[in-house]
Amino acid sequence: MTVAQPNRLAGGRIDRARTLSFRFDGRRYTGHPGDTLASALVANDVALLGRSFKYHRPRGLISAGSEEPNALVTLAHGGAHTPNTRATMVELVDGLVAAPQNAWPSLRFDTLAVNDLAAPLLTAGFYYKTFMWPRGFWERVYEPAIRRAAGLGRLDTAPDPDSYDRGFLHCDLLVVGAGPAGLMAALTAGRAGARVILADEDTVAGGRLNAETHAIDDAPGADWAAAARAELAALPSVRVMPRTTVFGVFDHGTYGALERAAPDAPSHAPRETFWRIFARACTLCAGATERPIAFPGNDRPGILLAGAARAFVNRWAAAPARRAAVFTNNDDGHRSAADLAAAGIEVVALIDTRADAPDCPFAAETLRGAQVIGTSGRRRLTAITVRAAGGALRRIACGALAVSGGWNPNLHLAAQHRARPAWDDAIAAFVPVPGAVPGQRAAGAAAGVFSTAGALAGGAAAARAALEDLGLSAGAPAPLPRTEDAPVRVTAFWHVTGAPGRAWLDFQNDVTVKDVALAQAEGFRSVEHVKRYTTLGMATDQGRTASTAAIGVMAALSGQGIAETGTTMVRPPYTPVSLGALAGRARGPRFRPVRRTPTHVFAEARGAVFTEAGQWLRAQYYPRPGETHWRESVDREVRAVRGAVGVCDVTTLGKIDVQGADAAAFLDRIYCNRMATLPIGRVRYGLMLREDGIVMDDGTAARLGPDHFIVTTTTANAGAVTRHMEFARQCLWPGMDVQLVSVTDAWAQIAVAGPNARRLLRRIVDPPHDLSNQTFPFMACGAVTVCGGLGGRLFRISFSGELAYELAVPARYGNALMDELLDRGADLGATPYGTEALGVLRIEKGHAAGNELNGRTTAAMLGLGRMVSGEKDSIGAVLSRREGLAGDDRRLAGFVPLDGTSAIPGGAHLLRPGARAEAANVLGWISSAAFSPTLESPIALGFVALAGARMGATLRAVSPVDGRDIPVRAVSPHFVDPDGGRLRG
Amino acid sequence: MIIDHPLLGPRDAREFTYLGDAALIDRPDGLAAGAEDAFYDYLYLRDNPAGLHRELWYHEQGDRSWLVVTRDTRSHEITQVELARDVALALGRGA
Repeated sequence: MTVAQPNRLAGGRIDRARTLSFRFDGRRYTGHPGDTLASALVANDVALLGRSFKYHRPRGLISAGSEEPNALVTLAHGGAHTPNTRATMVELVDGLVAAPQNAWPSLRFDTLAVNDLAAPLLTAGFYYKTFMWPRGFWERVYEPAIRRAAGLGRLDTAPDPDSYDRGFLHCDLLVVGAGPAGLMAALTAGRAGARVILADEDTVAGGRLNAETHAIDDAPGADWAAAARAELAALPSVRVMPRTTVFGVFDHGTYGALERAAPDAPSHAPRETFWRIFARACTLCAGATERPIAFPGNDRPGILLAGAARAFVNRWAAAPARRAAVFTNNDDGHRSAADLAAAGIEVVALIDTRADAPDCPFAAETLRGAQVIGTSGRRRLTAITVRAAGGALRRIACGALAVSGGWNPNLHLAAQHRARPAWDDAIAAFVPVPGAVPGQRAAGAAAGVFSTAGALAGGAAAARAALEDLGLSAGAPAPLPRTEDAPVRVTAFWHVTGAPGRAWLDFQNDVTVKDVALAQAEGFRSVEHVKRYTTLGMATDQGRTASTAAIGVMAALSGQGIAETGTTMVRPPYTPVSLGALAGRARGPRFRPVRRTPTHVFAEARGAVFTEAGQWLRAQYYPRPGETHWRESVDREVRAVRGAVGVCDVTTLGKIDVQGADAAAFLDRIYCNRMATLPIGRVRYGLMLREDGIVMDDGTAARLGPDHFIVTTTTANAGAVTRHMEFARQCLWPGMDVQLVSVTDAWAQIAVAGPNARRLLRRIVDPPHDLSNQTFPFMACGAVTVCGGLGGRLFRISFSGELAYELAVPARYGNALMDELLDRGADLGATPYGTEALGVLRIEKGHAAGNELNGRTTAAMLGLGRMVSGEKDSIGAVLSRREGLAGDDRRLAGFVPLDGTSAIPGGAHLLRPGARAEAANVLGWISSAAFSPTLESPIALGFVALAGARMGATLRAVSPVDGRDIPVRAVSPHFVDPDGGRLRG
Repeated sequence: MIIDHPLLGPRDAREFTYLGDAALIDRPDGLAAGAEDAFYDYLYLRDNPAGLHRELWYHEQGDRSWLVVTRDTRSHEITQVELARDVALALGRGA
């Protein structure tokens, strides 16, 4: 069953030809295209929309725009739900389902409304005062209870079904806000041919013009806005972006903007798009936000901002009530009274705090020098209590109270660069300081110019000034349209005094005048401290309707002026930005790019299990039919290498091509050991230090010619080492003749390891190349051709400790080379192996890898101290010898479990038998652990103090993480072939 | 942030990797007497000015140039961008 729209008026900018059905709090209602969820609820006479954060007080709308603090709803979409959505910013669509928040069991009967009775206990800082003891109760009892009771909506923990995107835009002039100032700025710059982006958070350009009744050039303001929209749409250099909130200004003209999809966007379109806009100049035309007045009971549903009341009436033809009063301290409140009356609403009284206020002919009576000091009504307003100028109290029945405390320029984007806004007494508001953000100018209401004529003139002038700055011609100035030019008449008035009851400043955080006074009494004088102590100005609305009045209250209490009291720091975002939009498409498998090895297709075809190594996807192991556990596959692969021959893609190790007359001398500076003496056709192990003496990376350098080396890095450090070497080349020794280029992706590099490696390679490498141990010994390298003429490079190096080679061919031949190696080596036992077996093999051999080169180890700790040459100047050599670092006596050692079977926990601490497991007793740590199929025992590498003296000693590997405490014996780190006979064979 | 690369024009700062104080160009001679103290100063004693700061940026997602960027740490205003190689040569660094 649907109900009619009892508060719908005639007129408005909605499409009555279509009726939309929606649900709120389980009930069905109707509205029209052009409605927001908020305006449709107003039209349906729904005043109670939520419960407040702390006291669970009934709350309704107070605004019609993005500043809304109360009307937060949870929106269902695509099987998921989004909490904390402002009803004022939700476009009504057919079938929309919204639910209220922070109420149980229901919005009308919320049990936690008892909090309101306990209000004296829940004052500012009540967490700190009330929940002090017992200490252990905080995490287990108090915090969960508070979080349940005080709250915004619940997060949907299911994956978000919607898609989001990110993008980049460039323009000469970014115009923020499409009200009269913004439209005029965009027209001025667009007509001059400048590249313009006009962004506005509303669904349709026009700003307040869509909510007002006054004319521009004898036509309704909204019609003028529509004509301006049409002209802008036809200008090729202008991009108009409705539903786009510019939420932050960043360095050098970068602006962040969030665009929401239109309801009729195709289903594959992103729900929200995060834009980075690079603007050479910006015109800030973000308008102004009206502020409430604090008086007792001012949070009752039905009490709303006066500008919002007339926006609901004029734009959406929705009456907040049939009988209303207005409470104001400025002339703009009178305009609201006039518009409400013109729409047929009975304006029973206009209460103006100013004794010299003008008469309002549209209200039944004008009460000058009067104040609203109380309200009544259970779930919505039924009456107000007014204190007349003489002090007499009167009760006036009304269903809505439109409140205007004056308007605050939306200056956030002018203040995010740490600029403090300036106080302007004439309009009783903070205004942006010109020049605070380079390239940005404010115009219109955002600059504190509130008349429509002033906005049009300011927008045009700001755009012309921006064009002049950019060296673009603005052309002859066009005559400005004629429109209202009313002066601002306001007398600052923040809160009612001398009346009982709580007066709210911040509706979203339930902060009252009393809370601010208490904070001040307790010594919190700075606005920043008061904000944090009371929570005023926090959460989704960031205190847009609250901050200035709170500053006014503070100023009154402290006796300082408002200008001296100042504002809190303004930071992005202006309005909430969903994390999904910031992530864009970069989620799940698209979180980062995937790099596939040149043998990926081969590995996939062989059923490999893959692992991520940085961005790389590498074959981890190759399960065979019947193998039920990864260890079975890995043990088999290790045995194949030790007993026959294995092949493994090692392309991911970084490869840097180093050329130039000074290449050898350069590498001498980069590596701590000698490289200049390396003969052509030979490879040498190299150790690279950071300048502070800690090991940075290791790898090999292969000399292909007098001026030509190929150096390798670990997979993880390929980028960092390139950066480091470029730093040395460009910044430290710019006079050296040396060039670097990363060739990691250019070559597919395959390790061929095992006693049958040479026999296999003889079937691959073309016959003229002699692979005999005499001609091509351990650590030889050179150019070869393979498989009948394909150019490649062969390196006789070994990570596994076996007779081994690495063969490099152009990357596109990687898959084919793997296939050839396995086909031609079938009878030799050729077996592909993955990173897991690679790791086991190197641990068995005692080779350091990433776990050992962890940024905390020195060459000496790795047992490589003698590699650091004292005869040359290399990076890190000097500080590697410094006291303390050189005195570190922890050394790389091997470990086996005493019982021969217990796995040794990786990362475990090493302790003496009987020692308490505490930091002071720790002798070292386990860096790498594996099961060795060769030894048929768990093994590990680690660092231990005085390792040499302790060889054979019994220690304990203790893992506080899982409680394991394994007795181990310290042994040589070279578990396999310590003499190196195999790799030289 | 936008860095006006001397060779490539204005580029988004996200293409760059930051290192730190451009004083790192002035590396001491490791074979000179008193090298340990000189390296200690070089590596660990840095100025942290509120104002103009010359710092090293690396165009990692670009042409691999190291740049010396003069940036006001209070406003992020960038007043000068130079190739680090030119700065190093002007300091008398060679081979």
